[in-house]
Amino acid sequence: MNKLNFLQPDKNNLNIYLYTGVTLVSLSIFIVFLNSFFSKDLISFLPETISFLLPLVLGFIGLNLIRIDYSGLKFLDKINKNINTNNFNAFLSLLIVFVVIKALPPLLSWFILDANIAGDSKDVCTGTGACWTYIKIWFNRFMYGMYPNAEQWRINLSFISLAFLGTIGFFATEKFKKYLTLYYVVVYPVIAFFFIFFFISGGPIFFDFSYGIIAAVISIIIGFFIPSKFKMYYFIIVPITLYILLKYVFFYEELIELGKLEALEWVETGAWGGLSLTFIVSFFCLIFCFPIGLFLSLGRRSDFPIIKYISIGMIEFWRGVPLITVLFMSSVMFPMFLPEDMFIDKLVRVIIAISLFEAAYVAEVIRGGLQALPRGQYDAAKSLGMGYWKMHILVILPQALKLVIPGIANTFLALVKDTPLIFVVGLLEIVGMLNLAKTNPEWLGFAMEGYVFASVLFFIICYAMSKYSYNLEQKYKTER
Amino acid sequence: MSDKIIQITEMNKWFGDFQVLKNINLEVEKNKKIVVCGPSGSGKSTLIRCINRLEEHQQGSIIVDGNELTEDTKDIEKIRAEVGMVFQQFNLFPHLSILDNCTLAPIWVKKMPKKEAEDLALQHLEKVQIVDQANKYPGQLSGGQQQRCAIARALCMEPKIMLFDEPTSALDPEMIKEVLDAMVNLAKAGMTMIVVTHEMGFAKEVADEVIFMDEGMIVERAETKEFFANPKSDRTKLFLSQIL
Repeated sequence: MNKLNFLQPDKNNLNIYLYTGVTLVSLSIFIVFLNSFFSKDLISFLPETISFLLPLVLGFIGLNLIRIDYSGLKFLDKINKNINTNNFNAFLSLLIVFVVIKALPPLLSWFILDANIAGDSKDVCTGTGACWTYIKIWFNRFMYGMYPNAEQWRINLSFISLAFLGTIGFFATEKFKKYLTLYYVVVYPVIAFFFIFFFISGGPIFFDFSYGIIAAVISIIIGFFIPSKFKMYYFIIVPITLYILLKYVFFYEELIELGKLEALEWVETGAWGGLSLTFIVSFFCLIFCFPIGLFLSLGRRSDFPIIKYISIGMIEFWRGVPLITVLFMSSVMFPMFLPEDMFIDKLVRVIIAISLFEAAYVAEVIRGGLQALPRGQYDAAKSLGMGYWKMHILVILPQALKLVIPGIANTFLALVKDTPLIFVVGLLEIVGMLNLAKTNPEWLGFAMEGYVFASVLFFIICYAMSKYSYNLEQKYKTER
Repeated sequence: MSDKIIQITEMNKWFGDFQVLKNINLEVEKNKKIVVCGPSGSGKSTLIRCINRLEEHQQGSIIVDGNELTEDTKDIEKIRAEVGMVFQQFNLFPHLSILDNCTLAPIWVKKMPKKEAEDLALQHLEKVQIVDQANKYPGQLSGGQQQRCAIARALCMEPKIMLFDEPTSALDPEMIKEVLDAMVNLAKAGMTMIVVTHEMGFAKEVADEVIFMDEGMIVERAETKEFFANPKSDRTKLFLSQIL
């Protein structure tokens, strides 16, 4: 009844068009698939140029046939809307599908099919694929660097505890919600610092950690009986006093005694490394560079010339020098300016250097957000009687920081990916360890596997951060 | 004399080389409602922004509630807390809900307990009839509702003086009325108000006095009826003939 017009498919003969179209598209994909996975050419009897283009032409005609508006089939409509709106898009879609099919077999064979993971020497890696044995054997080094194997539980325990403490926010009840910011901004980094400084580092200094905990516990218990009016002063003064008393008066002798006992073996920071060092450096740099950057950005907009020009000087200086020279300076030049007997740990110097460097970038990002706020917000805050700090903390910064979440996430991601540069001072985080491992005479020639492994790890870290920043953006969205 | 809440004498102000305010003398008594009108660029907004020192004046003196505003006024925040201000562009804090907009300053500036501040805020939101919107964000409200919220926010600080900087100029015609109604109610409650506006109907209804400004000077100041019935200067006559 209805006339078939293959140039203008319409709804009337929907099924005929659909079946012909789907067959043609499937055929074209099938040809490429066979060609790519099994190296068989169904259409080899045709001249070379035609057989090369035939799948594309078949698929193109097929897609053209199924391009029927408002067909009533939900799935078909969706496909048409997303990948098949016009001839050009149909062509692009086909091309992408073909490229993916063509690219899959070599990737699959390298990653899985021809790869080796069994065994524990490079002799098992005879195939053309990846040698995951290499990663397996070196895994400990990639994770912990030169940290002694017997002591690695300390890193694991610290990281697991910190991860657990980090999730506390999700379990907090309504009553404690308002302290969460304080917890994450002040308390958590301090705890993390204690863990890393005392526990991962170890040595006699470990006992300081115990004194700290004793002092904290005692002062918290007594704290319940202090009127809330004095609580603030109490919690600043008492724990510190207790700590000093414990350390220098009550336990001083014992400390020296115990120091000889070597409760936890001291591991110098030079031996730290691998992914754990990546985490440590990134974590502290992120935590320090944000407040520094915040103050620099406020300072740059200050009315006081001294503060303003110091801030501008800091920002321009740190932005103007390459990170690698900053790190180099921090390790080679900086100690020359220090008195002979003074020593600052390499890792600490590196963290300070990276923090200051990234703080300059953070400062400019935040300044962008401050710049974007209309002057009316300042006027309104002032007219309500707020001073500089109240105005900024309550009104300006919450809005400005919300605006610059993407920019800050950007800077932070760059920071994480900059950490490999600490190799210039001899600290080997994961990429540094890779470079070390690939030059090991026993394991020459597996650089590729190592770099793929590191890329995957970095991608996971960075993607998680980027997702988190996007969530934050959504959470603080109040426009609609 | 003590009921003069604002005293401005011989005040001059420049923006760079351009003199915006010339020789301003103005006294406002307590509970008086004053409307300031004039063509745009005549310095009306600058004048009232000087009263809570959002702008600094260079010459003369401004005394607000017994405190002179000078370069080294340490507690300018205290004076500002007593002078409420409503802006043309509302300037609500978009990251806070309507209720939080109103309680923010009482809690943090006046150290009011949260519960008390919320009760006060709801009371004022009730007065401007947007109490049902209290948990929404400013971006979800219409212009008129936002401006009424801005009025409530200023009232929550329990100011002695309210300054209005063209509160209806950025609104659609049908929203102007709801804002003016809120202002009329406020005027009837006895608040000292200085209002920069082009709404002559509002001026006729509530103002005790009308000030006409042009080119940075106060051209004419008169009782409301007198002002509209027989304006003295030619400039005022011209302005009124254009606007009415």
